[in-house]
Amino acid sequence: MSVLQEISSNVKNMKQLEYSALARRLKQIKEDLRQGVRKPFKEVIDVSWGDPHRGGMKPLTFVRQVLAACLYPQLLIDNKLPVDVRRRAQKLLDGCAGRSVGSYSATGGIPEILQRVSEFISRRDGGVPSDPENIFICCGSQWALTRILNVLVNAEAAFTTGVLAPASCHRTTTLSIEGLGGVVIPYYLSEEQGWELQVEELQRALESAEGACNPIALYVINPGNPAGHVQSRRSMQEVIRFASEKRLFLLADEVYQGCIYGEKEFVSYKRVLAEMGPPLSDTVELASFHSASKGFMGECGLRGGYVELVNLDPAVQKYIYNLFTTDSCAPLLGQIALDLMTNPPLPGDPSYFQFDQETQHIKSTVVKNVKKVCEAVNGLQGFSCQGVEGGAFAFPRIHLPAKAIQKAKDVGMQPDTFYCLKLLEEAGVLASPGSEFGQKEGTFHIRFCILIPHDVLEELLRRLTHFHSQFMKDFS
Amino acid sequence: MSGSRMRLLSHRNVGLLLLSGGGGPSARPLTSPPVCSSSPARALSSLSATRRGLPKEKMSENGMSRAKVLTIDTMNPTVKKVEYAVRGPIVQRAVELERELSEGMKKPFAEVIKANIGDAHAMGQQPITFFRQVLALCSYPELLSDSIFPEDAKNRACRILNSCGGNSLGAYSASQGIESVRQDVARYIERRDGGVPCDPDNIYLTTGASDGIVTMLKLLVCGEGAGRTGVMISIPQYPLYSAALAELGAVQINYYLNEEKCWSLDISELQRALNEARRYCNPRALCIINPGNPTGQVQSRQCIEDVIRFAAKERLFLMADEVYQDNVYAEGCQFHSFKKVLFEMGPEYSESVELASFHSTSKCYMGECGFRGGYMEIINMDDEVKAQLTKLLSVRLCPPVPGQALMDLVVNPPQPGEPSYERFISERTATLSALAEKAKLTEQVLNTVEGIRCNPVQGAMYSFPRITIPEKAIKEATDVGQQPDMFYCMKMLEETGICLVPGSGFGQKDGTYHFRMTILPPKDKLKILLNKVQEFHQKFTQQYS
Repeated sequence: MSVLQEISSNVKNMKQLEYSALARRLKQIKEDLRQGVRKPFKEVIDVSWGDPHRGGMKPLTFVRQVLAACLYPQLLIDNKLPVDVRRRAQKLLDGCAGRSVGSYSATGGIPEILQRVSEFISRRDGGVPSDPENIFICCGSQWALTRILNVLVNAEAAFTTGVLAPASCHRTTTLSIEGLGGVVIPYYLSEEQGWELQVEELQRALESAEGACNPIALYVINPGNPAGHVQSRRSMQEVIRFASEKRLFLLADEVYQGCIYGEKEFVSYKRVLAEMGPPLSDTVELASFHSASKGFMGECGLRGGYVELVNLDPAVQKYIYNLFTTDSCAPLLGQIALDLMTNPPLPGDPSYFQFDQETQHIKSTVVKNVKKVCEAVNGLQGFSCQGVEGGAFAFPRIHLPAKAIQKAKDVGMQPDTFYCLKLLEEAGVLASPGSEFGQKEGTFHIRFCILIPHDVLEELLRRLTHFHSQFMKDFS
Repeated sequence: MSGSRMRLLSHRNVGLLLLSGGGGPSARPLTSPPVCSSSPARALSSLSATRRGLPKEKMSENGMSRAKVLTIDTMNPTVKKVEYAVRGPIVQRAVELERELSEGMKKPFAEVIKANIGDAHAMGQQPITFFRQVLALCSYPELLSDSIFPEDAKNRACRILNSCGGNSLGAYSASQGIESVRQDVARYIERRDGGVPCDPDNIYLTTGASDGIVTMLKLLVCGEGAGRTGVMISIPQYPLYSAALAELGAVQINYYLNEEKCWSLDISELQRALNEARRYCNPRALCIINPGNPTGQVQSRQCIEDVIRFAAKERLFLMADEVYQDNVYAEGCQFHSFKKVLFEMGPEYSESVELASFHSTSKCYMGECGFRGGYMEIINMDDEVKAQLTKLLSVRLCPPVPGQALMDLVVNPPQPGEPSYERFISERTATLSALAEKAKLTEQVLNTVEGIRCNPVQGAMYSFPRITIPEKAIKEATDVGQQPDMFYCMKMLEETGICLVPGSGFGQKDGTYHFRMTILPPKDKLKILLNKVQEFHQKFTQQYS
């Protein structure tokens, strides 16, 4: 018998991903296609991840030129790369020990990059000051979040630590909480009101946890994932007041702040908090997260993210620093990606024209995509979609017929996983089932990434429409 | 505030912490306690007006006092025990000194030398050209049309990009790592181990070796009280292990390496440590670093067999940290992978002993720490447990893709006949032979100093000499609440600018003192460093005689 039969109960308690069944099937289908097995499609459209490059979007030229020059400084010698690329690479290499992206950096990140990130934050927030000492660059925003949760979740206390999180929430966060020995207290966003966060629902969720756990933090995602809502200032103020009143640490996941499509503007929790003035602005403890994985950059594979800490007890922050030292540092290329994200080419710079073209193209593509998705989905029987105001995904609701629900139960699957599996097998589209993220009992959804080239989206919608109509017919 | 809601603002959390249970001895503290006199780089003194988080009570609107939600009493108590000496207080002081120097302050030295961390490039080691060429091509594929790059680098880049989602290093990979890279790693392991088979499904790409090590520990630490998982680690050890065990609330079981016998591992010592630990915890794993850090010893094949037999007999999960596998310098020493030895011991062992071995792109001849590339190979793990491991790994999404690409190149370097081969071999040889020279030089010079005794640096990247500290200095250190070797190292830093890590950060036998110094600076600089260390030691010894 294996020594490891007995493992951490925290790990055992982490719920298995729905995705694994779909991933296995995907692998088989890809193998079949490679071997020439005939299928109703030539390739799979995989939109199950918030991964623009995987979906076919191109990296930004300026970013990749700078990275290449940093990796292989020989490229700085001839004049093939634009002068601003070379200048930026030189500057970045100056900040690296031994002028190499292969060295470790200081724990929180390369100091010059931290400085520039803090300046970006301050500019973004209309001048609200930001101190590099409060920023930690990590191997992705989820890694940073797990570290902060590590400090919040006390696995040994008499009462399990509870963290309020949206009921529809991407799995890595809920897995982190469970893996650390904490428990998720779900709050439901209001689908009919465009996935709005209503403070009464936060209250209900908190009350439901009474006596069952010790709620210590409130996790919000803005813009949302999977639901693409963008919070209004007023809603954010309510959340802040709620966190203050109920003594909750606020965790604000803002990685999609670069993905805004409608009229609403993104405003950061830090800014809203600052503008609410004392005593709230001086007391509410906040950690905000951002990343180079989303937005125009889409550099998920480089693993560059950061957390900014606001109003933390300095004694606690010292321990947080110690915790981060054990990770050594974030990958240098990820740190550089953050630097480029927060300090892109400016008008007048040689690379600006192309940079602007590329980002405008991405923006207009996604705006087009959002419109097309909502039109297509809302035009189908048994399918409805709230407006996508921001984020990387559409999260439409499927109104599954009773027969389909029963069939799913018979084969031991969640109904929307069943739908997704059939969608994959018959139409070659891989989306994620709503049950992966959590949803109101009796409702079903699918999530797919819309940060993809427009022609890919059109093909996706074509296949989805065809599949869905057939599915609804078969199970009516 | 509702009366029925539990608010754990008391010291109760701390009381619930001690998991070694049954009144048994808790783990011996290995690291020096946070030093009061040094201020962390994240200096509280640099609190600007923006830092609104001052630990005073603030009055809220209704006049009630406003304590913070997250305080040292409410925070996860195990996090408070996490220390990592390699980046600890002495390094923070070194950074401060650098800042002061750059601001023009006068010091007895012209520069701060960070001989504390195993960062080869920081000390001037050059990256392998071929690796950087391929990575540059992968980052910006337009360069594929540039004639400055050799054909083999271009081919390699294309192969890597074809295995990435959207042909981009910027796409997530599967959380276990890019499949073709795992296959290449498996083939490398087979070649290295003389044909012992390796299944790519047993390979997990990781964010540096540390990610793999911590994940395995997270997986296996469980139980309560006297049943709490105990993990055996060598003293001295690389403090990632002690930090991870502290954070997980696991029981640290120390086994002492034998300094008199070149830091070798005695099975009798393993047995002693295990027997004692069984009284208060449930020992389930044994960690070994080979070649060693900080000690540099390269275990003999016999020793590795003995350890495997011991693990089999006592039913322990073996964790073999082999990140320095190419860094072997001493005559008569050879790296033997645990996997190879295990399989050569026959099915009685190879089919039952559970083993995880770890490797990284940070050390050896690559020195590419900043890429956070690594892998682990898991042998004989139960399928159900593997599924749990997969779940755990998915939380951090995937390891950095450039690091995965780099690992692919490391396990698959240029071959004879290929355009980049000659250059690759000469660069690799130059780096490794320089390290070998510096290892010898370090041992030689340090051993000429009275009061310093340095074991041969057989491998890895460090010397870990034993230092004699005069009684007077020990007393002064104790008076200011510092470990004597931290006191010594701090003084050395202030007077020479050389930053080392005190032995107390790694663990050592009571009453002995050491420091860890890297052998990484270029030879000329290293000579100067060693002379300065010698001068300082003599001065210090005299001053406190």
